[in-house]
Amino acid sequence: MKNLIKEFAKGIIKENPTFVLALGLCPTLAVSVSVANAIGMGVAATFVLLGSSLIISSIRDFIPDKIRIPCYIVIIATFVTIAELCMKAYSPQLDRSLGIYVPLIVVNCIVLGRAEAFACKNNLARSFFDGLGMGVGFTLALILISAIREFLGSGQILGHTLVKGFQPVFVFGMPSGALLVIGLLLGLFNLLKDKRV
Amino acid sequence: MNIQEFLTIFISAVFVYNVILSRFLGLCSFIAISKETKPALAMSSAVMFVIVSSSVITWFVYRFLLLPFNLTYLRTISLILVIATFVQLVEMVIRKLSPQLYRAFGIYLPLITVNCAVLGVAVLNIDMFFINGKAVAGSFYYSVFQGVCVGLGYTLAMLLMSGIRERLELCNVPKPLKDFPLAFIIASILSLSFMGFSGFSR
Repeated sequence: MKNLIKEFAKGIIKENPTFVLALGLCPTLAVSVSVANAIGMGVAATFVLLGSSLIISSIRDFIPDKIRIPCYIVIIATFVTIAELCMKAYSPQLDRSLGIYVPLIVVNCIVLGRAEAFACKNNLARSFFDGLGMGVGFTLALILISAIREFLGSGQILGHTLVKGFQPVFVFGMPSGALLVIGLLLGLFNLLKDKRV
Repeated sequence: MNIQEFLTIFISAVFVYNVILSRFLGLCSFIAISKETKPALAMSSAVMFVIVSSSVITWFVYRFLLLPFNLTYLRTISLILVIATFVQLVEMVIRKLSPQLYRAFGIYLPLITVNCAVLGVAVLNIDMFFINGKAVAGSFYYSVFQGVCVGLGYTLAMLLMSGIRERLELCNVPKPLKDFPLAFIIASILSLSFMGFSGFSR
């Protein structure tokens, strides 16, 4: 049990997919305009990670080594399609604001990376917790970035005004603001890492 | 189908909604391979080739397989499979025909399979040029042209970035910002300057 918790916890800080492994940055930057979008994207990606980890881990002995990558891609794409259709059905507004970035979860390096690095070598329970940890780590990173951007860009978080009379800096809502925020955050994480060593 | 439409696609794909600086597609390869100009150019030409040919292929797959048989919900799976297979095929052909070319962009080709720009353009083409399950008149030409323009936009961003980073190589930057963080900050400034084009789209 302790082991499983460790598998879960490593995805959140020690091997955070966004800040430490620097994987899957495209959707991170594109959807982090608002916290609501970030949560939607995070949940969808976590679902795909969990599902594909479970399936890949349970059939890992049957997949021939040579064609493993196409197999993984088909499995991942299936879960992405499920997520996409569910989102279209239950939350069309979110689907519109995430746009093409939902089908693009297929090519998110985090998902394929976990399949290749972890799920194909470990048992069901461990893969499940690894996928969950990575998904939660990804979601938290997304929420952090989008909270910074939404607050600075519009002065609000999830529609609540935090500081009265705050003059929003529009550039943080734009693509260039996303790149700036992630660059500075990566720098900050490097600084913290150096301090700790 | 008229010239104005093509011009709009060109300006919006290359400048206003640049794949990398505004849509963030293909960002991983952009950050990883833009340290020097030469590999950056090789990567851009490989990406351009794959994007254009996959626009052609995915158009045919969508128009003649998925649409008539009502399988549009299989879009994501079929597109990624077609693209992955195609890239594998290209890799094999190039390895057989021209070892020199293979060495030039051999290692970049497999990377392109998981490059979001390729799938992104395919999805974008379908979203833009197939309205309510029907192909817009001339959608094939538009799709291919959009593929070309997105490739050009990728090349442009790649060239700008690698030129800047080559010069920064010898500069004294704060240690925590070295490499990736700095690359993002440069990209941010580039993206800011590309925002100047946003008035062009209307």
